[in-house]
Amino acid sequence: MVETNNLLPARYRGPGDRVFKTVIVLFSSVIILLAIGTALVIYLEARPTFRAFGYWNFLTETTWDPVAAVHGALPFIIGTLLTSFAALALAVVPALGVAIFTTEYAPWWIAQIINYTVDLLAAIPSVVIGLWGIFNFAPMMRERFYTPIYNWAYEDAEWLVPIIGAPSTYNFVTATIILALMIVPYTVALSRDAIGQVPREQREAAWALGATRWEVMRKAVLPYARTGIVAGILLSLARALGETMAVAMLIGNSNRVPFTLFGPAATMPSVIINEFREAVETLHYSSIMAVGFYLFIVTISINLLASYVQQKLSITKGGL
Amino acid sequence: MSIRATEQRETAAGEIVGAGGAATGVAATGGNGFYPNGRPVKKIDGTTVRMETEGLTVRYGVSTFGIQDVSMPVFDRSVTALIGPSGCGKSTFLRALNRMHDLGVDIEVTGAAILDGENIYEPQVDAVTIRRRIGMVFQKPTPFPTKSIYENVCAGLRLVGMRRKNVLDEAVEKALTDAALWDEVKDRLRSPGGSLSGGQQQRLCIARALAVEPEVLLMDEPTSSLDPNATMRIEQLIQQLKEQVTIVIVTHNMQQAARVSDYTAFFYVGEMVEISRTQQIFSSPREERTQEYLSGTFS
Repeated sequence: MVETNNLLPARYRGPGDRVFKTVIVLFSSVIILLAIGTALVIYLEARPTFRAFGYWNFLTETTWDPVAAVHGALPFIIGTLLTSFAALALAVVPALGVAIFTTEYAPWWIAQIINYTVDLLAAIPSVVIGLWGIFNFAPMMRERFYTPIYNWAYEDAEWLVPIIGAPSTYNFVTATIILALMIVPYTVALSRDAIGQVPREQREAAWALGATRWEVMRKAVLPYARTGIVAGILLSLARALGETMAVAMLIGNSNRVPFTLFGPAATMPSVIINEFREAVETLHYSSIMAVGFYLFIVTISINLLASYVQQKLSITKGGL
Repeated sequence: MSIRATEQRETAAGEIVGAGGAATGVAATGGNGFYPNGRPVKKIDGTTVRMETEGLTVRYGVSTFGIQDVSMPVFDRSVTALIGPSGCGKSTFLRALNRMHDLGVDIEVTGAAILDGENIYEPQVDAVTIRRRIGMVFQKPTPFPTKSIYENVCAGLRLVGMRRKNVLDEAVEKALTDAALWDEVKDRLRSPGGSLSGGQQQRLCIARALAVEPEVLLMDEPTSSLDPNATMRIEQLIQQLKEQVTIVIVTHNMQQAARVSDYTAFFYVGEMVEISRTQQIFSSPREERTQEYLSGTFS
């Protein structure tokens, strides 16, 4: 009797399996529907803007003037791309250094301390970092760096002045530095995981050939971990693109291109958070939605690219 | 050992040294009674001792012994098999021979491992240099998956700064030929090392180890992840390789030890119970524990 029962396919063996399967399928479907639903709603709400300006012209228009009812997303797209890539450039090398140090060089207890600290950094709410930036970091930077640099440029390097601009307290560079600080923990954590997943045998193979520590890193560990590291960098980029609060608090929020280094600027998330309460005109409201829609597209593409890199190009899955 | 064979060997190796200065080890002990490093050759019963351990002890943590007080010789250009039940310390011993334990956390090695009359655990000895002279092949094939077959074989030579293409080409062909892989891969040296079959990957790893001309080759259960055919090829290869390099092989397969080795050491609970010529240990072991293990009383 018992043997016969075991021989039967699982789906005949009582209702538990079926109930469980139904429940989890239901939950998973809800998640998918939510994501698609959100995208759809944002798109529908943004349609008046697309109808008024066109999908492409909205992207390339540099004026954003709710009073004149002219809306173009280019300043925010430029702001978002510049801050994100600049922050990424600032963050990647130190983050990789930390990841390599903690996984390969540091004694375990130092590695633990560093890892906890980095994780803690990731846990600080964005608005708290923004607060610190507003009251301490931004004024300090303006006083210690931006003003002296501007004064020097004004005297000795006039060609620099249009690039760096008159220093305001809340500006492009400050927001970028804070943004870099905020993505470092992600880059560290993700590249740490990628490095940690390199099999012990790979390292030992390099050691056994007479490689030094750095050579083991360079020849065996980093090549093996490279896809994971690249995916981690892409995910950090997606996070930087979407980061809202701290950037909105520190970037100074100016819609006027061209931006200058020490002058105020704006990003896609920052314009959304700054203007959604005042958007009483239909076109203003739908334009904010349209900015949100494009931001959604960009971050989702970056995320998809990251998972593509991670899965299709990963060594363990065979492809190269 | 005939003197002429020795001379040929030295010439062949000398060319590579002369051409690029890449090879650090020359797998020959001179017929003149000296190791390549100038120290006098030690012989036991007329056979040259290439490596030797004295009271080698490996501790994990404070009290757990990996191996305890192991003293045994490794004879030049022969195959020495290490056998024993799982957890007996044979792999621990093997890894102590090229200082791989340096990399572990909380592992302490005491005693001496002597290569060419020189203790590799002396403080002034550089472990990196030692590992270039004592190659290693692991249980699982470990080609570098992002590198081509060619670059995998070159990896060791590149580490010592060799860049000249003709030297590298020659070394790759020689190492792959020695590893009995050349005919199978010569037309696709640029394809990734991971694209080979398991047995080919293992021979690639052997080629990679051979390319730097090590004096001793350590093999840690090199066939345990391979099918019988691939295993047979590796065993044949080991027979050929012992002409030029001293081999120490860990195996959990007694038949394999009997087939490939000249000497066999039996390990049990962290001790080296006995070492003899392979024929002798399988026909008339001195120790009762060896007898019991070989007859299958325990495993």
